[in-house]
Amino acid sequence: MKLLSHPLSMLGIVLAFVLLGRVLPAWTLSLATVAASNSLIALGIVVLARTGNVSFGQGLFYAAGGYGVALIANRFGLTDAVAQVIIGAVCSGILGLIIGPLIARYTGIFFGMLTLALSMVFYGALVKTTALGGSDGFNVVRPSLFGTVFTNPREADFMLYAVSVIATGLAGIGATIYFRSELGLMSLAVRANNLRVEYLGISAHRIVTINFVIAATFAGASGALSLMAQRHIDPQFAYWTTSGEFVFVAILAGYQSVAAVFVASLALELVRSFSNLYLPNTWQLVLGAFLLAVILFLPRGIGSLWSSASRKGKEPDAPAPGTAATEPAE
Amino acid sequence: MSLFFTIVIDGLIEASWLFVVALGLTLVFGVLKILNIAHGGFYALGAYIAATVVTLFAAKGLPPALSFVAMLLAAAFVALAVGAMLERGLLKMFYGRDEVVLLLVTYAVFLLLEDITKLIWGVNPILATQPYELFGNVSLGRLFYVGYDLMLIPIAIVSGLGVWYGLNRTVTGKIVSAVIHNAEMSASMGVKVNRIYAFAFAFGLMLAAFAGALTAPKISVQPGLSSDVIILSFAIVVIGGLGSVEGAAIGAVLVGLARATSVHLFPQGELFVIYLIMAGVLLIRPEGLFQRETARRI
Repeated sequence: MKLLSHPLSMLGIVLAFVLLGRVLPAWTLSLATVAASNSLIALGIVVLARTGNVSFGQGLFYAAGGYGVALIANRFGLTDAVAQVIIGAVCSGILGLIIGPLIARYTGIFFGMLTLALSMVFYGALVKTTALGGSDGFNVVRPSLFGTVFTNPREADFMLYAVSVIATGLAGIGATIYFRSELGLMSLAVRANNLRVEYLGISAHRIVTINFVIAATFAGASGALSLMAQRHIDPQFAYWTTSGEFVFVAILAGYQSVAAVFVASLALELVRSFSNLYLPNTWQLVLGAFLLAVILFLPRGIGSLWSSASRKGKEPDAPAPGTAATEPAE
Repeated sequence: MSLFFTIVIDGLIEASWLFVVALGLTLVFGVLKILNIAHGGFYALGAYIAATVVTLFAAKGLPPALSFVAMLLAAAFVALAVGAMLERGLLKMFYGRDEVVLLLVTYAVFLLLEDITKLIWGVNPILATQPYELFGNVSLGRLFYVGYDLMLIPIAIVSGLGVWYGLNRTVTGKIVSAVIHNAEMSASMGVKVNRIYAFAFAFGLMLAAFAGALTAPKISVQPGLSSDVIILSFAIVVIGGLGSVEGAAIGAVLVGLARATSVHLFPQGELFVIYLIMAGVLLIRPEGLFQRETARRI
């Protein structure tokens, strides 16, 4: 476990996954691309959830990143995939820096509602902005990589896969290091009881803000990735059901392990494509049943399958009474 | 002046059915402390049941007045039964878990309901407009209104007053209030808290279905109803303060008027003006307009 979680070995795992893409069949490749880009935004939600706050409006940053990239790509012809991911992350990161300090004052259900409201404001604005295509959105040109345009669909798919896996992998490695850092561990303390953290002389507000900005950055990069995969953007990116799906992945994963986020995202995509194949028009039914089953049987998420086994006996104490309301999913 | 009048009437019509939906949502939150996303699903369920009843009655040649009453009763009855089953069979298993987990459970139910309605009623829009002509047209000054729309206002007022009276002036209401205040203490006083939970949950969902049935003749009943309604009623309940009946009324009027104002004066803003108000209220008074801040243990 220790060896596996060393940054260098994690980097090796990411590279191995990229190379694996060469042998994967085409349908798995695009599925894995979507799963990788979705797990990036879900990872952001997990980072935030470690402070005890669940954002139901990550669609705001997802859409902000996507629209930012799409506009720059169409206006200035900037189609480089790596640059687009960075632009997406920067756009949403800046937005997160503006909104974060305002929103970090709230906890629990109010935090969730406020993020939801902000994303719906953005959605409403996008739908009515005819310059941006209104509710239909608009198309974006095919992404390139370091000056190469991939015309072979197989190669283009692999390029997207590689960029998504590397971007998400790097974010995952960063998150793992962050989780073990002083600030990352402090986030868990905020989650347990933010007032006590304040009494210890540390600003819980600042910790939540930092985590919020990280989550926003990840969401923006993820928006850029899924924009590249779809080559089309519309306000649906910011709608609350989109955000809900990412919260779903985060809950499925639990907040204990980064790898669990990828597993959860992949599981969701598999469930989605198989239910599309065998049970058309009922995939929400399958999703709902799946969600209920996970909450019921794996209350601490998929990550608990391997994380809790190695940490038995080191579990933190039960939270103090009266703080249960600010606890995220366990 | 006439524009002002139009906005107020339109706003009140909009507010009235939204209020009935939000009333159920706020009641469920007050008693069970669950923000119930499935509420929107029950609104859609009510609308679909109403549409079925209306088409059935129209096919048999029965008068629309009868189908109006029948659709409301059918929707309310089905929602009561399904709601009680849902609470006893599913929700019960998650009590004591975190608020956000319960929110996700109701989100799962919302997803289930969404597809179940599609499986039963298909994806094509259903039109059931027969009761819409029931109350004729009413002229207010130089403006003509459909009587059915205006009827929604007194129906909403009666529902609100009924719930208020039930909560504040009856023994059952007092018991429910006791459970809202402190479930553990009420249980030790001999209140069957579980029964109150089931009752409140089913009653809240019944209000959602009732509102769905009321609006069914006005609209074309189709998939996607639920996700829009739930977000609107969230906004109302959050503006008014979670768990507050008066708050839901004020929130509904605010949202209805805001929507009508922007439809008439600034159509581009129709969708986001509501969430802007919600975000504004949350920023200034996170507990909502009608909720006192609660002390918490450190």
